[in-house]
Amino acid sequence: MSSARPSRLFRNKSAKIAAIPMIVTALFVFVGGTVWTIVYSFTKSGLLPRLKWVGLDQYERLWSTRKWLVSIENLAIYGFCTLVLVFVIGFILAALIDQKIRFENTIRTVILYPYALSFVVTGLVWQWILNPEFGVQKIVRSWGWESFQFDPLYTADIAIYGVLIAGLWQGSGLVMVLMLAGLRGIDQDVWKAARIDGIPAWKTYLFIVIPMMRPVFITTLVLVVTGIVKIYDLIVAQTGGGPGIATEVPAKYVYDSMFRANNLGQGFAASTMMLLTVALIVIPWAILEFGGSRNRD
Amino acid sequence: MTKPPPILLDGPQGPKPRRVLSRRNIFLYGTLLVITLYYAMPLYVMIVTSLKGMPEIRMGNIFSPPMEVTFEPWVKAWSQACTGLTCKGLSTGFWNSVKITIPSVILSIIIASLNGYALANWKFKGANVFFTILIFGAFIPYQVMLYPIVIMLREMGLYGSLGGLVLVHTIFGMPILTLLFRNYFSSLPEELFKAARVDGAGFWGIYFRIMVPMSLPIFTVAIILQVTGIWNDFLFGVVYTGPETYPMTVSLNNIVNSTQGVKEYNINMAATIITGLVPLTIYFVSGRLFVRGIAAGAVKG
Amino acid sequence: MNWAKNLLAATAIAAASSTSATELEVMHWWTSGGEAAAVGELAKAFNASGHTWVDAAIAGGEPARAVMVSRLTGGDPMGAFQFNHGRQAEELIEAGLLRDITDIAEAEGWKDIVNPSSLLDSCTVDGRIYCAPVNIHSWQWLWLSHKAYKDAGIEVPANWDEFVAAAPKLEEAGLVPLAMGQQGWQQSGLFNVLMAALVPNDVFLSVYGDKSAEVAGGEAVARVFKAAADARAMASKSTVQNWNDATNLVITGKAGGQIMGDWAQGEFAVAEQVAGEDYSCLPGLGVTQLLSTGGDAFYFPVLSDDEQTAAQTELAALMLKPATQVAFNLKKGSLPVRGDIDLSSANDCMQKGLALLADGALLPDTNQLITPDTNNQINTLFVEFFADASMSIEDAQAEFVSIISSAE
Repeated sequence: MSSARPSRLFRNKSAKIAAIPMIVTALFVFVGGTVWTIVYSFTKSGLLPRLKWVGLDQYERLWSTRKWLVSIENLAIYGFCTLVLVFVIGFILAALIDQKIRFENTIRTVILYPYALSFVVTGLVWQWILNPEFGVQKIVRSWGWESFQFDPLYTADIAIYGVLIAGLWQGSGLVMVLMLAGLRGIDQDVWKAARIDGIPAWKTYLFIVIPMMRPVFITTLVLVVTGIVKIYDLIVAQTGGGPGIATEVPAKYVYDSMFRANNLGQGFAASTMMLLTVALIVIPWAILEFGGSRNRD
Repeated sequence: MTKPPPILLDGPQGPKPRRVLSRRNIFLYGTLLVITLYYAMPLYVMIVTSLKGMPEIRMGNIFSPPMEVTFEPWVKAWSQACTGLTCKGLSTGFWNSVKITIPSVILSIIIASLNGYALANWKFKGANVFFTILIFGAFIPYQVMLYPIVIMLREMGLYGSLGGLVLVHTIFGMPILTLLFRNYFSSLPEELFKAARVDGAGFWGIYFRIMVPMSLPIFTVAIILQVTGIWNDFLFGVVYTGPETYPMTVSLNNIVNSTQGVKEYNINMAATIITGLVPLTIYFVSGRLFVRGIAAGAVKG
Repeated sequence: MNWAKNLLAATAIAAASSTSATELEVMHWWTSGGEAAAVGELAKAFNASGHTWVDAAIAGGEPARAVMVSRLTGGDPMGAFQFNHGRQAEELIEAGLLRDITDIAEAEGWKDIVNPSSLLDSCTVDGRIYCAPVNIHSWQWLWLSHKAYKDAGIEVPANWDEFVAAAPKLEEAGLVPLAMGQQGWQQSGLFNVLMAALVPNDVFLSVYGDKSAEVAGGEAVARVFKAAADARAMASKSTVQNWNDATNLVITGKAGGQIMGDWAQGEFAVAEQVAGEDYSCLPGLGVTQLLSTGGDAFYFPVLSDDEQTAAQTELAALMLKPATQVAFNLKKGSLPVRGDIDLSSANDCMQKGLALLADGALLPDTNQLITPDTNNQINTLFVEFFADASMSIEDAQAEFVSIISSAE
């Protein structure tokens, strides 16, 4: 499509003018900011950014710090579970709501509302509900099940799953809405044809509908993954990284290094590692997905 | 590509249910009921807690309805809760948040929609390189950019001003919004564009006379995403402005995170609900458009 | 901010010559009950001088610090800000962002009145003074709830060993022996108190002052770790996060005691509890009578506006005036920075502190000895240690040695 559009340079002058904010942002903020961060990760910047070179010291320290290793592990667990569950839950909810049900508007709104509340709120409420002294555990025990135990936030091994419960509650509504929209975009004829051929509904979803929804999955994927990589507020509001360091995450490591330890260099080294990982995955993917002219046929 | 965009199709497209009281329906509604209750539980807890007095909260069970309904926590959270010396609750921050959110939302949407339009319909050489960088930018943790942006704003003379904060929100909203708009505009029928070209319309003419009127749903989506994000922002608001422009979330943080001896949970809950009301209202008002808009933008990626 | 500045400039012109009223933005993170009341005293005194205190309080030291550094580097400085004196501000001074207030200090004779003089030393870089110390905070206090011990049917302990011995009785009565917030700074603080109180002085100084890995790995510090393990066991049922929530457990008699700095006293005061009647305090855990002399100070950024600079001068001088010192420190529960004022209205606990101050039974604060970076590493170690009962004393000490040996 785009190849058919005017291709001469001067014709596109307006488009280039309109794209100036994007170009400036991309070059100066995102590239510039990233380069700045990488440069200062080789320095001994403390409270203020300063060009006192220390080579790879910050990186050596980073990789010998248990809190950082725990953070990465937590992000991997949280990220993997969130990614799988948010798509599964979001898709199933969307498929259920798509069955021409009554009260669709109400149900959809109830599932979506957590997205409107800031993480400061979400974390606090779930901290409550999961608190053994007055949350779910206490209620179930008051019903007579004395040995019932449900205190994920106070048990180091499973605390990250306690965060996951709140994270899914918060984020799955948006995924559901996107999936529902994707389902609504599928041609009705597809369902008719599948029914005539006698293909069961679950097979139709799995092998016909989902592949057709690839674009929706991609938009959702970008939204969800950026949310996972940057997760910070929820942790701070819900657990503060505890118990111990059981729910630390990389973005919080960066924040703590920068503003608590007054060690900007360490924070920049940690964020450089994060950005490097993201770049290695995102850039090739984005080039395949958006680059060239093959994105439109 | 010649089919009309799916916004025109309305209503569920899944397999049709047949009988009203089938086993399938009982299963369906049963499941949905349980899920809805699960999602609504925290909101329920917040509301009942905000209506209780402190003695009742201390002894009681967080799920039980208030024995004696009191609206005092709401009044306190709104107009009396203290932060250091200032005891004006959330009310001062509210108008600041409005002043921050409205220009930020408008500016970020105008710019991102133009970006998306240029990327989708007037693609120039190298455009995808910038777009890829933009998508990469969506992954950068905000905190890392804090100081480089301070330096940038200082050099531009915008540091500490409302304008600077609006600019920051525009920059950080750009990646996702540009993705949304780009996908949406690509999905609009090519014939419209061609016809307009034949009529002699240029870049801006097509944008204002065809793209914008046809894209109200996606603008609604963008408004919802931006209002939610900017209204709930704490970090940028507190770092890039001064006390006279602190947004509501700064007051919220001060109310929730500073305890005056006893943690006043009812006030915390009331404060959080009040803070969430604005984005919630936007959702309720635009629920239908939201779904349709995303459909059109994302489906035709 | 700009419009505010213009407004200020306009009013400055209007008011011209005479000692004009100036708005001065003061940033701090004192948002809990006692703290807010104390900062209110400073504001009241400043407002009484004809100026206006513009209060900018941000809960939580981290966001507050991010804001301070951003505002300073962004060229939009506030009028004054609270910081822990000690090594945190060194870089800001080197970067020339902070105002040299040596002239004020000399005019007011701070050198003669500030006691102990180490407070002024930690405001001094290359012979110039950059901050106004406002109070002395000491960490080495054990706060005990009379109600909790009465409910358990035992005497209120008189020292750390009795406190540990009484723990089982409290647990039988369904109470938490030791209240402790689950935040690193509280937990490492507790450890440092144990080190200061339970083993000889020079151990603390060798570890934090000389950064001696040998001493840090030695037998004396091992004893401290053992005591910390006792504390861990006693606090295992304490699930609160914030220090003042932990203090509240002591105030309400749900917990036997808490090791916390003297700022906890402000919370007791807000709850209208009386020292010696409702609660007791044991400096140095009732073992070694000594206090560390940390504290808070205000720094004054370099400003371009002359009116505001003049207001800064007044504020700085005002902060160390006897009347301000008395009013502020009574509310804050801290000790005044000058030894020449009458604090007979101070309560039982503060009198104990004043007596130790007069005796010179003092230690430097860890903030004056180690960098925030090292401090943060130690915090992380103790947040792990106190959360995980399976972390052995030996492992924890080994890690402690490695942190100390890499400290600057």
